Amino acid sequence: MDAAMTTDTQQPTARPSRTMPMAAPAVTSTSAAAAPTRIRLEHINAFYGQKQALFDVNLDIPDNTVTAFIGASGCGKSTLLRCLNRMNDTIPGAHVDGAIRMDGTDINSPEIDPVQVRTRIGMVFQKPNPFPMSIYDNIAYGPRTHKLYGSKADLDELVERSLRRAALWDEVKDRLNKSGLGLSGGQQQRLVIARTLAVSPAVILMDEPCSALDPIATAHIEALIDQLREHTCIVIVTHSMAQAARVSQRTAFFHMGKLIESGSTDQIFTMPKLDQTQDYITGRFG
Amino acid sequence: MKQLTAATRARYFRRQLVDRIMGGLCIAAAGVGLILLALILWMLFSNGLGGLTLDVFTRPMSQPGSGGGLANAIVGSLLQVGVGAMIGAPLGMMVGVYLSEVGKGSRFASVVRFVNDILLSAPSVLIGLFVYQIAVLPFGGFSGIAGSIALALIAMPIVARTTEDILRLVPQAYRDGAIALGSRENEVVRKVVLPAAFGGILTGVLLAVARIAGETAPLLFTSLGNDVWSTDMTQPMASLPMAIVRYSNTPYPEWVSLAWTGAMLITVGVLVLNIASRFSYAAVAGKQGG
Repeated sequence: MDAAMTTDTQQPTARPSRTMPMAAPAVTSTSAAAAPTRIRLEHINAFYGQKQALFDVNLDIPDNTVTAFIGASGCGKSTLLRCLNRMNDTIPGAHVDGAIRMDGTDINSPEIDPVQVRTRIGMVFQKPNPFPMSIYDNIAYGPRTHKLYGSKADLDELVERSLRRAALWDEVKDRLNKSGLGLSGGQQQRLVIARTLAVSPAVILMDEPCSALDPIATAHIEALIDQLREHTCIVIVTHSMAQAARVSQRTAFFHMGKLIESGSTDQIFTMPKLDQTQDYITGRFG
Repeated sequence: MKQLTAATRARYFRRQLVDRIMGGLCIAAAGVGLILLALILWMLFSNGLGGLTLDVFTRPMSQPGSGGGLANAIVGSLLQVGVGAMIGAPLGMMVGVYLSEVGKGSRFASVVRFVNDILLSAPSVLIGLFVYQIAVLPFGGFSGIAGSIALALIAMPIVARTTEDILRLVPQAYRDGAIALGSRENEVVRKVVLPAAFGGILTGVLLAVARIAGETAPLLFTSLGNDVWSTDMTQPMASLPMAIVRYSNTPYPEWVSLAWTGAMLITVGVLVLNIASRFSYAAVAGKQGG
């Protein structure tokens, strides 16, 4: 945690709210000298059919930082995560209003091809989901789909580099042709992370990546997340308050589809501005 | 057990009794099926093995007393079933992929599924008559290819159904994983979903082949049968089921014996296909799961 992160300045909280005028604007603190913003969320409203799942969410997600989304089940944190790589597009009846700006482009705009978005923004799911194919083919899937390599040697090199970055190479280098399903749960999750890294995403979304893993495997993944932050922007949804405190530098707290408070993880966990956040952090509800 | 009250104990014994009766009934039902199958196989082998000579495989059918075989019927069956499967299986797979992956919850998909179920249970003689109308009458005669079309129409809905069922068993997590890596819909299906379901789909195709190998009624009005050697698909063509029908209704003991042998060959062939489908499934599943 760098010193700049902890010196927060209060941003103007009154943001124009077009779609949901009654929604209270979130209390947001941002660091003056923090990493540059990678993704800016503007007035995100998400719907599943008639049911509104997110209400006017505004949030800046900085680069080279782990941002944690916390909140009780059904608070909308996973929905917001799935907005970022347009995964909600695959759900019939779901639609998302508002702008998601990445490098100046609104990736939520209908003109933008979601497939292009997903090559820039990778995703790791709650349950490890390696494809039923060899470890090598799992990693090579993305590069092959997007033709990211020239020769077979290039691909070999890319597979090795991805597995090394996911801290899995030493464990699997002698069994690259064996099925990915033969690995342990923690290894499978690192395999899936390596698979995502192979297409060099600028952002990696993680939806409760450790909830199906034991504590040792969880420690491996958390250490890995910290290393990956150097080159990517990471957004992680977690139910574990301890995990949010351990791995993230920024935290956003959601309740009933609204962003209640966001800021540096230190500030959210030690001196939250709102009682509601305080209550959740200390386990009084949720 | 000592602390149990009389009522509890009575309930316990009643549950145990019901459990045993139900279990016994299930075993009895399975036994009836197995005994019938064993009897059929016994009947086939005891009557068919006697006629099994090399001539059966090397010589075509001929006059009684001149030592004919079933070679033309065997080759005719292989050709018609092979071509029928080559037409019906890919069509069925595409329908299955549409129902499970592309159309999913759409209205059109449910109509297609409904029609497919009707086709699945349509009497096979009706399929034969239909193909007679569209592929025999317009071309002026019975032909092997008409037989193949009829068999394809029977195989297609079976393959469509099993393909859809198997694809639905592929975890959604695989699709999500592929989508999240920036795959397009056709890439998700081609590169992840179909390979994951390959063993199951292959099993479905083999079972469909086994099913059409024994069909007689659709061939009755299409390929008709042929007593002489012919591999010309545009001409009437012999097949094992048709040979059985023709030979079993004759007063000549050697022909009746050949009919038994033919029936045994079909059964053994279907049995081998079924066993092969089991092994193919296990082999593919073994390769995918570490």
